[in-house]
Amino acid sequence: MNKYLERLFNGIIKENPTFVLMLGMCPTLAVTTNAVNGLGMGLSTTVVLVFANIIISIFRKKIPDGVRIPAFIVIVASLVTIVEFLMKAYLQALSEALGVYIPLIVVNCLILGRAESFASKNGPVDSMFDGIGMGLGFTAGLTIIGAVRELLGAASIFGVSLGYTPISVFKAAPGAFIVLGVLVAIMNIIRKKMDEKGKPLAKPSGCLTGDCANCTSKCADEKK
Amino acid sequence: MSELFHVSSAPHVRAKTSTQNVMLWVIIAMIPTAVFGIWNFGFRALLLIVATVLSCVVSETVFNLIVKKKNTIGDLSAVVTGMILALNMPVTLPVWMAVLGGVFSIVVVKMLFGGLGQNFMNPALAGRCFLLLSFTSEMNNFVTDAYSGATPLAQLSAQKGILFTYATDAKLDVTDIPNLFIGAHGGTIGETSALCLLIGAAILVATKVISVRIPFAYLGTFSVLMLFFGTRGVATGEVAEKLASGAITFDALLTGALTFVLVHLLSGGIMFGAFFMATDYATSPITKKGQILFGICCGVLTFLFRNIGAAPEGVSYAIILSNLLVPLIEKITVPRAFGVVKVKKEGK
Repeated sequence: MNKYLERLFNGIIKENPTFVLMLGMCPTLAVTTNAVNGLGMGLSTTVVLVFANIIISIFRKKIPDGVRIPAFIVIVASLVTIVEFLMKAYLQALSEALGVYIPLIVVNCLILGRAESFASKNGPVDSMFDGIGMGLGFTAGLTIIGAVRELLGAASIFGVSLGYTPISVFKAAPGAFIVLGVLVAIMNIIRKKMDEKGKPLAKPSGCLTGDCANCTSKCADEKK
Repeated sequence: MSELFHVSSAPHVRAKTSTQNVMLWVIIAMIPTAVFGIWNFGFRALLLIVATVLSCVVSETVFNLIVKKKNTIGDLSAVVTGMILALNMPVTLPVWMAVLGGVFSIVVVKMLFGGLGQNFMNPALAGRCFLLLSFTSEMNNFVTDAYSGATPLAQLSAQKGILFTYATDAKLDVTDIPNLFIGAHGGTIGETSALCLLIGAAILVATKVISVRIPFAYLGTFSVLMLFFGTRGVATGEVAEKLASGAITFDALLTGALTFVLVHLLSGGIMFGAFFMATDYATSPITKKGQILFGICCGVLTFLFRNIGAAPEGVSYAIILSNLLVPLIEKITVPRAFGVVKVKKEGK
C-alpha cells in the first residue's frame, strides 16, 4: 500500500482516535448531542490538526527538545484562534452550539499526541496525511456518536425529525458515556472477529498505546 | 458405601439459604403490595408488572445467550428487579417504556458489570432513574380514572408556601393519615400502601432475609431531620420568632411537625425504598456498622432531595447515590478480626 494511503487508513481505522486510541474524550462526550455538532467539531479539529502537523513537522529540527510542548501549544493555539474567528464569522450557529469546546481544541490531546508522536519525527507531507487520516477518523467517530445520540435522544438525524418518541437521556451526559462504551465494545468485537478470521486489523502500535512492556521501538533513540 | 466417605474441602456445614430462595422470599413479600396496586389502579397495573418482569427475564436470557454464559434467570433476581421496577412506575406509563426500563436495568446496569453480585447500583432503581430522565412527563403522570389529583407528596411539595405558614391550627389539610397508611391514593403502583409494604417488610425480617439495620437507620435519620429541619420542622428560624411572639403555641408546633414527618413517611416511595431497595444485598454494605452508616446516608440524602430539591421525590436518587458510596463505607467499617491487635501506623 502506498504510504500516504497507509497513513489515512491508519488514522481512520487502525488507530481511530475515538474508538481505538480513546483520545480527545472531552469533546467526544460533550458536544456529540447531535450529528451536526459531531461533524462540525470533528472537521474543525481536523483543520487544526492538519496545519499543526505540517507546521510542527517543518520546524521539528529547530524546536529544542526541552521546550517542545510549549512550542507545540503556541502553534496549535494560533491555529485554533484562526479557526475560532472564521467560525464566528461564517458559521455562527455551529460556533454557538460548540461554545467553549472550540477554544478547547488547543488542549485536545489528539493534536498534541500526533505532534509529539508523529509530526515531530516525520516530514511535512507524511505529517499532513497523518493529520488528514487522524482528523477524518476523529470526525467519523464524533459523527457516529452524534448520530446515534440524535437518533435515540431526539428522534431526528442531521436535524431532520423522524417523529417517534425520543429517549431523552441519550441527549444528556449519561447517554454519551453509554453510547461511547457500546460503540467501543462493537469495535472490539469486530477486531476480535477479524483476528479469528485470520485477517487481523493491525493493533495500534507505538508509544500511544501505553503498552510499554512490549514496546520494541526505542523512542529515546529515535529522538536523537 | 463409597458415598459415605465423600471427601471434600471445608466448609462442611452449609446453610440452606440460596440466592434463589432469598429472591423467592422477596417476591412473596412484594405480593401484598402488588395485589394492592392492582386493586387500587386496575388491570393495567398487572399488565405493567407482567411486561416488566418478562422484559427483565427475557433480556437476561438473551444477554447470556449472546455472551455464551450459563443462563442465570434461575436465581430469580431478574424477576425481583422486574417487580421492583414495575412497582416504581405510574400506572399510566406506556408498556414499551416499561419494557425498555427492564432491558436497561438488566443489560446495562446488571449484566454488563458481570451479573448478580457485581452490579454496583440497584438495577431496578437505575432503571427507574433512566426512565425518569428519559420520559419525565410520562413518569410523572399520576392521573388515572380513580385519582385525578396530584400525589400526596406532590401536594405537600406544591403547597410548601401556603400550608406551612404556621397558622395557629397546625393542621395539614391535604392529608388524611389513615388513608395514607392504607394507600388508596395516587402514586406509583407499589408505593401507595404503607400497610402492605410493612406486611412485606415483616415477612422479610421474620425470614431473616433482611435485617432492620438499613431501613431503621434510613427512616430514623430521615424522620429526625424532617422533625427538626423540615419545612415545618421545630428547629427552623421562623419558628423561634413565631414562638417568641406568641403566634403559635408549642403544642401546636409539635403536633404540626410530627404530622408533617408522618405524612412524609407515608407518602412517596420512602417505605418501599427503605425496606425493599436499600436492602439489596449486592449494593449495600455487608458490615453491620456499614449498614447503619449506609442507612444514614440514604436518610440524609432523601431529606435533602425532598426538602431542598426541586422535585417532590428523592428516594431513588438518594439510594443509588448511596450505592456508589458502599465500597468506601465498607472500607472504613471493616471489623477487627478476633485477636488481632491494631498496629499503629508508624510516623508518616
